[in-house]
This record gives sequence, C-alpha cells and structure tokens, in this order.
Amino acid sequence: MTQQMTEDTTFHHGSPQDAAKPIIEMQNIEKHFGNIIALAGVSFDVKPGECHCLLGDNGAGKSTFIKTMSGVHKPTKGAITIDGQPMNFDSPRDAMEAGIATVFQDLAMIPLMSVTRNFFMGREPLKGSKPFRRMDIEMMNQTTVEEMRKMGINLRGPDQAVGTLSGGERQTVAIARAVYFGARVLILDEPTSALGVRQTSNVLATIDRVRKQGVGVVFISHNVRHALAVGDRFTVLNRGKTLGTAQRGQITPEELQDLMAGGQEMAQLEGSLGGTV
Amino acid sequence: MADTAQTVTDERLKQEGFGARLMKRPELGAIAGVILVTTFFLITADSTMFTLSGIMNFMTPAAQLGILAIGAAMLMIGGEFDLSIGSMVAFAGLIFGACVVTLGLPLILAIPLTLAVAAGLGAVNGVIVLKTGLPSFIVTLAFLFILRGASLVGLKLASGGSTQLRGVRDAIEGDWLAPMFSGDAFGPIFAWLAQIGLIDTFKNGTPKVPGVPVEILWFIALALVATYVLLRTPQGNWIFASGGDRNAASNSGVPVRKVKISLFMVTALCGALVAIITVMDAGSTDARRGFMKEFEAIIAAVIGGCLLTGGYGSAIGAFFGAIIFGMVTIGLTYTDFDQDWFQIFLGGMLLIAVLFNNYIRKRVTGER
Repeated sequence: MTQQMTEDTTFHHGSPQDAAKPIIEMQNIEKHFGNIIALAGVSFDVKPGECHCLLGDNGAGKSTFIKTMSGVHKPTKGAITIDGQPMNFDSPRDAMEAGIATVFQDLAMIPLMSVTRNFFMGREPLKGSKPFRRMDIEMMNQTTVEEMRKMGINLRGPDQAVGTLSGGERQTVAIARAVYFGARVLILDEPTSALGVRQTSNVLATIDRVRKQGVGVVFISHNVRHALAVGDRFTVLNRGKTLGTAQRGQITPEELQDLMAGGQEMAQLEGSLGGTV
Repeated sequence: MADTAQTVTDERLKQEGFGARLMKRPELGAIAGVILVTTFFLITADSTMFTLSGIMNFMTPAAQLGILAIGAAMLMIGGEFDLSIGSMVAFAGLIFGACVVTLGLPLILAIPLTLAVAAGLGAVNGVIVLKTGLPSFIVTLAFLFILRGASLVGLKLASGGSTQLRGVRDAIEGDWLAPMFSGDAFGPIFAWLAQIGLIDTFKNGTPKVPGVPVEILWFIALALVATYVLLRTPQGNWIFASGGDRNAASNSGVPVRKVKISLFMVTALCGALVAIITVMDAGSTDARRGFMKEFEAIIAAVIGGCLLTGGYGSAIGAFFGAIIFGMVTIGLTYTDFDQDWFQIFLGGMLLIAVLFNNYIRKRVTGER
C-alpha cells in the first residue's frame, strides 16, 4: 500500500483538464443548525474527469457538506453553480436531475433481490403497450451483466442476489448504477471505510474507470492513503472550514494528515507512534 | 442469454447445477410439500380422493383459502401483515348481504359497493400503519376485533337480532352477474364429456361433477395475475423492494407508501371476493364467516416460501400452500385417521416451512 502514496501508482490518472470548466462549483457554503455552525464557508468544485478528494476527520463537516451538495440540506449562505448557472436544490431529486448522484454508505441495495432488480430499482425500463406494459427483463439482464463487466465484475448471472456479493462488489454495483443513469458528478461517501485491502483497491480501480469516462468524482474519506491513491485534487475540511485545495504532487501524505488533524497535536502524537498513523 | 458479454468466465465459479438453480425458487418448498402430501394420501386415503369429484372436493376450500393467501403473500412480500382479513371476510359478507337482502340492490351495484368498502378499510389499515410507523401486526390485530365485532353488531341490526342473515339466494335469483361468482363453470363441456364417457356419471347420465366451481377459476386467475405482477412489472419490483428494505427502496425512488397502502387494499379486496363467493354459495352470511382465516392464509403464504421479514416469496408458492391446506383438511376424511390430526399436521407443516425458508434465505443472501 505504501507504494500507492508515491507518484507511480497502479492507477493511471486521468489528466484533469486544468482548462476545463467545473461541472459544479460551491462557493463559501455555510450551514447552520440552530446555534451550531456546521459549515463556516467551504468552497469546492468538481471538473469533468477528475477525482476530487474531500478529506476530514470525524465531525469535520464532511457529511453536512455532501448533503448540501446532493440537495438534502439547503445552505444557509453561499452559492452553488452548475455549468456556470446558479442553482437552488429543493430536494435530492433536483440534484439527481442535474446529474449529481450520491452513493451513501448504506448503498441503497436490497440483499434479497437480484443484481438486475437492484440495478433498475425505481427506474425500470418498460416495453409493450398499455394494458400489458411490463419490465423489459431481457434488456435489464443484458445491461446489468454488461455494465458490471465494464467495471470488472463477472456476475454468476443477472439473477444473482446482491447478498452474495462482497462489500466492494456492492459498492461497484451502486457506482455502476449511478453512472448508467447519467451521473455527471458522483459523490462517494466513505466508499472504502468498511472494506479490506483487496476490495479497497477494487473500488479505487472502479473510481479510476468512472473518472476516465468523464465523470467528476467526489471521494470522501478520512484515509489519506486511499485518497492519495486515486485523487487528482485534495481538499481538507477541519471544524467546518476548508484548509485549502492542493494539486496531486504538491502535497505529501504527512502534510495532509496534519491538515486533517488540525496541526500540532498530530505532530506530537505521530512522534510518539513512530510515524505509523 | 447467449451474449458475448458472458464469454469471460471466472475460474472460481463452478457450473451451477439444475438442483442448485431450483433451490433458489421460493416456491420450491410448497411444490415439494404438494408432492409429499399427495404421496401420503395416495397411500393412506380411499382411492376416490383422486377422482375428478374428489379433486373438486378439496380444491374448493383450497381455492377459498388460496384467494386470501395470495393477497396475504403479496402483502408479506411487501413487508407487512394483515391479521384482519378473516374478520374482513365476515364484515364484507355483512355488507354484501345487507346490500342484496336488506336494500335489495342488484349484484352490479352490490358487488362494487362491497369491494369499495373493503378497499377503503384496507386503505385505513395501511394509512395507520404508515403514518404511525407502528408494526402492521398490532394495527391489524386491532382491526381483527373491530371488524369481527362490527359484523356481529351489524348483523343483528340488519336481521333484527339474529347473527345470521338469510335469503341471499332468493335475492340474487336470476341475476345475470351471479354465474361469475357462484356455481360451476364449463357445465356444457362437462355434460359433453360425460356423454362421450370420459368422466363418471350418475345412473341417469348427468355427470358427477357438473363443472368447475367458479372459486377455483378465480383462484387460478389471481395466482397468474399476481405472479405476472410480481415478476414482470415495475410494481412487482417495487413490492419486493419495499419489503426488502424500506429506506433503500425510497432512496431509489420507489413510492413505498403507495405500494404498501395498495397492498393492504388488495388484501382486503381478496377478503371481500371470498366473502361474496362464499355468501352467494351458502345463501346466507353469519358472524363466524372467515374465522381464523387470517392465520391460515399467512400459514399458506409461509408454506409457499414467503419470509416473515418481507422482501421474498411468491404467489405461486401461496397457491400451492393453499392446495396443501385443502388436501389435508379434506383428505383426512378419506382416511381412517381422526380428523383432528389436521391441526397437528398444520402446525408441523408450518414449522418445517419456516425452518426451510430460513435456510433458503441464508443461501440466497450468501451463506452468512
């Protein structure tokens, strides 16, 4: 894993077109819950084909921020623009329609149902005319197998239950589903936090594939190694504020770690732990 | 699925045998049960049980229960219970009886009115469950008593003090809609079959089985429609999703509330249909109609492979579950066994089915 922290990783980085216009831009977002200031001016943007990592320790405001981005919360202050147009999300559905898809930690998957039924849940394609209108099962099965194969997963069959997939594979189904249904920005909420080493690299490889298709990925994590393995840019949140955005190659893992922990205490801790955290 | 996409094979995947594929079908247990019970009665029962008239004999109660069981199964797959369907049969019977006898309405008005009242009560059940977030078990348990009580009180009002309302047969005499809901279908075909000697006849030449009781046709039609809806329509997918994980389903855009309320309404409608058929058949309605049927319907659904936790099951399974029920109730009269073995048999079946379903669920969700 240590190798992944250096420049030559196993993942080929899509060249984030510096010239490219961001798909979504969030400026000085503030969010207050009563007298609690959860976000105190956060700026963040995502360009097509890049993986922008949002790092932060527990309680830093990551969840609040992505919920604002995906339309669950309305910002108290600040502006959201999509393709340069000011936007005001009233619901997660609005955000989805604008192409902002979120894969939350619970994945919205049902273990007892087949991969196909999960893949098209709530968005079933239809065929036939009115009284006999039915799901296009053949098309659904073919699409699911094909989309999963593109992500590097060979299903036993489209009727395989999601419950039989590993955590990483489920994550991949959720990502493939979001991309298939036209996500331009894909927000992944701690996709690797519950996974083993092998499954983590599978998910990171999936993120890389998605990015190459031109989707902007927002990768939320508190694991610096995972972030550095695929990220093009890194933004650190601490106590509801951004501590700046760094390009890949301009920042070391240690610096990122320090930023996340808010500086000096971490340096002391790390000294006593021998730099292993 | 002869698709090029599948040419890539994983070396860790063994070819899946026919047996393993079969194990994945939720209705497998019920079909195995039907075979088991049939074998049992072929050995122990009088041979007349499996003549045409014998089969009609056990299929009629099986169909009456099965219509309820299919509704219960769909609701269970959707993740809810309805303990009030037995009482719903009594209450809908009262409404129907009162419409026909007391108000003298023709069937074309009485039947839709009965169905509408039942659907409304089903919706009330559903709205209370979804608004409060209480378990459907407890809400519908309340309605089990409310509707049973209302049937008693209503019957006394309608009949002037008795708990039975008679005269339905006279009231519907000659109504053009009656053959849809009572009597036997395909009479001419059976008469013709008797004529050419293919089925047994009485001495005077009339067939012993005058036709197929209509409830059996309703039962088969409902099983087919329910299976089609579950397996081939988006609404079916929504039912599985709502029962499997409510939050995941609604996050994916499934209208969970609508789905569940509709399912409560469908279950209540099944109860009303059984009420209409049995009241017309008996010519009267009474307060004990449908007594304990809620449990029998749930048992048939569970034998048919429905999980108590929702999200898994099949209508075809409930179909076979109900047939098992009919065979055991009626079949014991063809044997030398005491009829009261029925309940022991039933409890045993339920226990085996639940253990079997639990095992299957673990297999489906990946041996955890």
